[in-house]
Amino acid sequence: MTTRWPIALLALAGLAVITVADFAGGASVDIYNQPPILALGSGQASGGAHCAALPSGASR
Amino acid sequence: MATASDTAARPGNRALPRAGLILGALLVCAAVATLVGARYGLLLLIGLGFGIVLEGFRFGFAGPWRRTIRERDPAGTVAQLVSIALVALAAFPLLATHGEELIGAHAPIGFAMVGGAFVFGACMQIVMGCGSGTLVNAGSGNPVSLVALPFFAIGSFFGASHLLWWTSLGSAPTVALSGTTGLVVTLVALVAVAAFLWWRAPAEKRTIPRRMWLAAICLAGLAIANLVVAGQPWGVIYGLGLWAAKGATALGADVSASGFWSTPGNVERLAQPILTDVTSLTNFGIIGGAFLVAAWRSSLSNGLPSLPARAWVATIVAGFLLGYSSRLAFGCNVGAFFSGISTGSLHGWAWFAAAFGGAYYGIKLRPILGLEARS
Repeated sequence: MTTRWPIALLALAGLAVITVADFAGGASVDIYNQPPILALGSGQASGGAHCAALPSGASR
Repeated sequence: MATASDTAARPGNRALPRAGLILGALLVCAAVATLVGARYGLLLLIGLGFGIVLEGFRFGFAGPWRRTIRERDPAGTVAQLVSIALVALAAFPLLATHGEELIGAHAPIGFAMVGGAFVFGACMQIVMGCGSGTLVNAGSGNPVSLVALPFFAIGSFFGASHLLWWTSLGSAPTVALSGTTGLVVTLVALVAVAAFLWWRAPAEKRTIPRRMWLAAICLAGLAIANLVVAGQPWGVIYGLGLWAAKGATALGADVSASGFWSTPGNVERLAQPILTDVTSLTNFGIIGGAFLVAAWRSSLSNGLPSLPARAWVATIVAGFLLGYSSRLAFGCNVGAFFSGISTGSLHGWAWFAAAFGGAYYGIKLRPILGLEARS
């Protein structure tokens, strides 16, 4: 292994493995219950998780 | 007679593979949009943009901080501050008018938060890769980052698992600047830091290259798009911890004992596909975008570094600490520094100060650990 090619391909392969394993593990998608394409103007509260968020119930 | 290398270098011969790269990336985004939803396909596309900008303009966080500390070269760090200011100009009004739909990267300052940022700053200099930088470098074929990345994810998982205990050691209420006053205070503070770095710099280094201006502007545009599409600012480490948490669950671990992973929001994220997690999608995109640029430039044919065994051990330990410490710090250079400050969180400023201090020591440790030649 003398070039960066195998390293980069390994990184991409890792992403593919994570995704496939996730679906193989039972994660499923409800295609009829998708969020609007933009959160802005959707009228819905942000539902994602962020690294700055302290879980609710903990003291702030 | 043309040599083999001449033939390979001919523009016409590279056009087809390059078109294939772009087409392939767009097809993956379209597939994600079709399979799980248009928002998620768009977020993957935004992530690709982050990766393309960071690798394409050779822009990052660890390198510029290193040059600022070692050479008093302020260019990259000031460009980061410019980018943060541009995001703030859009984010403050958006958060003020659409507070129901959008959230900022707001977190409390505490002992563990400051300590975590300090350790993160040191470790990001040891592996020469921050949250986004480790992803970019892995995608562009850097073996140090590829080795660090899984341990980064594992560290993020454990850091999240222990977050509530660390936070209970003492933290202040969350303080978030908002509205016009908050925006003005943030912009003045950014200008003040930039002016200080500029003042300290030698005269010949008081210039920002064009590529850094472009990178700062593009990065800001993508970060604003991330906020508008996802409803939350750009982040990195939640996604990494989620990958490890899903892996642990798949291997039979019970994460419900963790106060963090057992909260309703995180239980839902663990049950939902990874392709519906905002930060996972942009992380995927960053790796993919960096790969596209590296393949486009043919830089993947470059050779690999030769490092001693202790350098690899240091990479693994630093990778784990990057993940663990960034959870305690409520974000890495992206989630806390970039997104925290640009959405008004005071913890972003505390993170900046602590991580910059840590970076000073990380730079000193790097040659000792065998990751660069001693000067």
